[in-house]
Amino acid sequence: MSENIKTVKNATCTFCGCVCDDMILTVDMDEKRIIKAKNACVLGRAWFSQHTIEDAPAAMIDGQPVSVDEAIEEAAQTLMNARFPITYGLSDTTCEAQRQAVAITDFIKGTIDTTTSVCHGPSGLAFQGIGESTMTLGEVKNRADLVIYWGGNPAESHPRHFTKFTVTAKGMFTPNGKKDRTVVLFDVRRTASTPVADIFVQLKPGKDFEVLWALRALVKGRTIDASIEEETGVSLETLKDLVERMKNCRYGVFFFGMGLTMTRGRHFNSGALLALTTDLNEFTHFVAKPARGHGNVTGADNVLSWQTGYPFGVNFSRGFPRFNPGEFTTVDTLSRGEADAALIIASDPASNFPKAAIDHLRSIPVITLDPKETLTTKLAHVAFRTATYGINTGGTVYRMDDVPISLRPAFESPFPSDEEILTSLKARVHELVLAGKNQQSALKTSTSLNA
Amino acid sequence: MTTSLRIVNGKLYDPTNDIDGESRDICIENGKIVDSVDTDAKKIDAQGMVIMPGGVDIHCHIAGPKVNLARKLQPEDHRLDPHPGSALMRSGTGGIVPSTFTTGYRYATLGYTTAMEAAVTPIGARHALEELHDTPVIDKGFYVLLGNNIFLQKLLQQGRTEEFKQAVAWWINATKAYAVKLVNPGGDEPWKGKRNSNVANIDEKSTETDLSPRDIIDAFIGAVNELGLPHPPHLHSNNLGHSGNVSTTMETMRTAADRRLHMAHIQFHSYGGELGKNPVSAAQEIAEYINSHPNITCDVGQVMFGKSTIMTADAPLAYMLRGISKNKWVNADTECESGCGILPFSYQENIYVHALQWAIGLELFLLSQDPWRIILSTDHPNGGSFMSYPKLIRLLMDKEFRKQEIKSVNQKAINKTILQDLDREYSLNEIAIITRAGPAKALNLKHKGHLGVGADADITVYDEHEDKELMFSAPRYVIKSGKLIIEDHEFKQDHIGRLLHTSPDYDETIIESIRPFFEKYYSIEFDNYAVNDSYLHDHEVIPGIN
Repeated sequence: MSENIKTVKNATCTFCGCVCDDMILTVDMDEKRIIKAKNACVLGRAWFSQHTIEDAPAAMIDGQPVSVDEAIEEAAQTLMNARFPITYGLSDTTCEAQRQAVAITDFIKGTIDTTTSVCHGPSGLAFQGIGESTMTLGEVKNRADLVIYWGGNPAESHPRHFTKFTVTAKGMFTPNGKKDRTVVLFDVRRTASTPVADIFVQLKPGKDFEVLWALRALVKGRTIDASIEEETGVSLETLKDLVERMKNCRYGVFFFGMGLTMTRGRHFNSGALLALTTDLNEFTHFVAKPARGHGNVTGADNVLSWQTGYPFGVNFSRGFPRFNPGEFTTVDTLSRGEADAALIIASDPASNFPKAAIDHLRSIPVITLDPKETLTTKLAHVAFRTATYGINTGGTVYRMDDVPISLRPAFESPFPSDEEILTSLKARVHELVLAGKNQQSALKTSTSLNA
Repeated sequence: MTTSLRIVNGKLYDPTNDIDGESRDICIENGKIVDSVDTDAKKIDAQGMVIMPGGVDIHCHIAGPKVNLARKLQPEDHRLDPHPGSALMRSGTGGIVPSTFTTGYRYATLGYTTAMEAAVTPIGARHALEELHDTPVIDKGFYVLLGNNIFLQKLLQQGRTEEFKQAVAWWINATKAYAVKLVNPGGDEPWKGKRNSNVANIDEKSTETDLSPRDIIDAFIGAVNELGLPHPPHLHSNNLGHSGNVSTTMETMRTAADRRLHMAHIQFHSYGGELGKNPVSAAQEIAEYINSHPNITCDVGQVMFGKSTIMTADAPLAYMLRGISKNKWVNADTECESGCGILPFSYQENIYVHALQWAIGLELFLLSQDPWRIILSTDHPNGGSFMSYPKLIRLLMDKEFRKQEIKSVNQKAINKTILQDLDREYSLNEIAIITRAGPAKALNLKHKGHLGVGADADITVYDEHEDKELMFSAPRYVIKSGKLIIEDHEFKQDHIGRLLHTSPDYDETIIESIRPFFEKYYSIEFDNYAVNDSYLHDHEVIPGIN
């Protein structure tokens, strides 16, 4: 450890969707690494300690080190020469970088998609169909007396969710923390989160929709047959008891995870939960919130929505945004072999996409921006090594509840930020677009002269 | 590209400088209107054309958390109205809640060059600023929601009025806002904490704070006027949309006595009749009060038939309307600060209430005796899109057209109004007031809304046409900050526009009063709350009036 130690207060951890902004980071400025992250959870501590500066070239083409400028030129030419370029990732970078990425995709008439399409995409679709009664996390801390988790394991995925916002947190109308609340957990198995719950409801796998629909029916005063237990694993007694608790609480909240959105039923499941939330507002105040994973996936949804009108899966090939999940989402454009170039930002699809998608990714020129070497950067034609957001760069991230937070960088990286690379790339692409337009009009003029 | 420009031979409508249709040259240099320019400056011949300052929208919802939720909510609406990009401009989608780029470009195509987002939560200010940065051509700002702020109410409850004033000033600075917005003051707590109920009476005391809506409104009018903010409190008063709310509206205006107050979308607050029954028009009573009280300004919030989206910090209102329309519905609670409701909606000619709302808006315009204090708005997108402004202008300027339109709406509703008896037609000069000079004055934007030397060179040139809807739909030239954005109806260049905000002085010790409350009840760190200057793109601090 060197003598050159700096403390950064109120720093933000961008590892998960909680986006905790109360980090106190102790930074060794000579060694360029974070040696302590006070207030961080186990995931956050790993996030901070593992993002050191590695000795690597800032840019590579086909595995050979090149200057950043050369790499920008090659990336711009690659995208301009493609007929079906796709942009993907974006959930682990700043909104400032995301805004540039959408601009690039707009200019090249490409297709842009985020990791939302493989996590809470179904919740996005359900939102479009049903709407959503929702809140910022501080409202849960201050008011919620009934907290229900469905299909998630926050103890391991969002370790500070319970203490900071939902269970033990003390607030304005919940001065005694956990004593003022009832916590319910719906899942198909016991997990590390189960011990927190006052009531654990274990349902059969793939029966989320049926349980939610039965709850809706009971809320509306309909009769449900006792055979529901055989079907779903949850007794009618339990459901009736839960419905009474839901209708009689003062401020109720659902948090739902990928255990709901990525099992059989998908957006029908999310939709059923959102519809149940709406129904309950006839009796009391009730809200719901998808527990988003990546640090700024919520920002990506927001940026795409304000720039294009749609949250993910957006195609510009006709010169304006079109939305069609299943057609313009990345797993699909790759698996069907449509994309002929890919700009992958802060994401590693080669490690987690279906085989057909990865096979196609290997066969097309790929441009990557990532602070680390990944399976995707290894197969990239152009690979940029970038600074880590929140550790080396400022910028904005949106917490899972849409609250925007400014980042406080801990130490400087020798690598440029995603925003810097994308801003340069956008400028170059725009130049090429304008030149192409001029060429076209020159062509037109000469044709008319010939005529 | 900023150029020197000279516009010649056009008919000027510049009410601030008492120019009513006279032919004058306008010279432009470095983004401002100047006395003269070099003879080799680019010349625009505006023979047969009407020249006005760029339009100023004093009340619309175009950026920030709730607007983006409403955008995300309606892919089916975007799909019908794509907005293609070009090598110079970004693409986007339109519909009732357009994407940010499309919003900016479409305002420009109407000749509007300034627009104010009327309701942003403090914690959502960064979001609004990011979207406004992506809203091109126009200058823009936003009003920050403080009317249901729990900390501010605690100060009032404890009688700490001086600290209250300082805290209001701090919040304006911390969010880079232009004005203070109050929405259904006192209504959030019953909504969030008392099973979705609401406050019904302006003098009903809260059991938590012992404050009534009137107490809160009175305190804000006092603080904002003492601080001398450029714009007075921008108030969405209680009981919006309810039959018989005229008494609340009158009492609210009386609370101001002779102090400055802006009443937002007053049409929605001008209903007689009994609660729970069909409303009738109370436009005459409201118009009479406003006519005789020069301290009051208002925007109308005209209802236009067709698609709308209810988006409001008045969450109980959106829920009430959801009970009628059963459409998809969004509620969004913001900790310690605000509520929010969103609902896709449509106004239909044959429905009594909708036709009545439409007629009341027109009555208010036509009964007003001082165009400077009644401002054209549709509360976009609540009463309808800003894209319907040209049609609204025609309704005001063309009584034959109006009569024709009246025939096609619910006649029972029309009979509850005096609209058929009103023969007034707005002149071009009056239109220039209610869409330009008036809002600029109400906002205290001294460099906007007029064409005098020193004004911002935000200028619209229209072809003169009998059909005023056509005329105001498609200006031939639009100049923003001296840049020729639209020339011969064609977009020539992009422009980012400026963020307008204000920055009242405050006593910094107030921060230490806010901090302990914040640390206890908010979910982010206090030191991460205030917005720093990196969120300002090109910007301008508008001074107060003191």
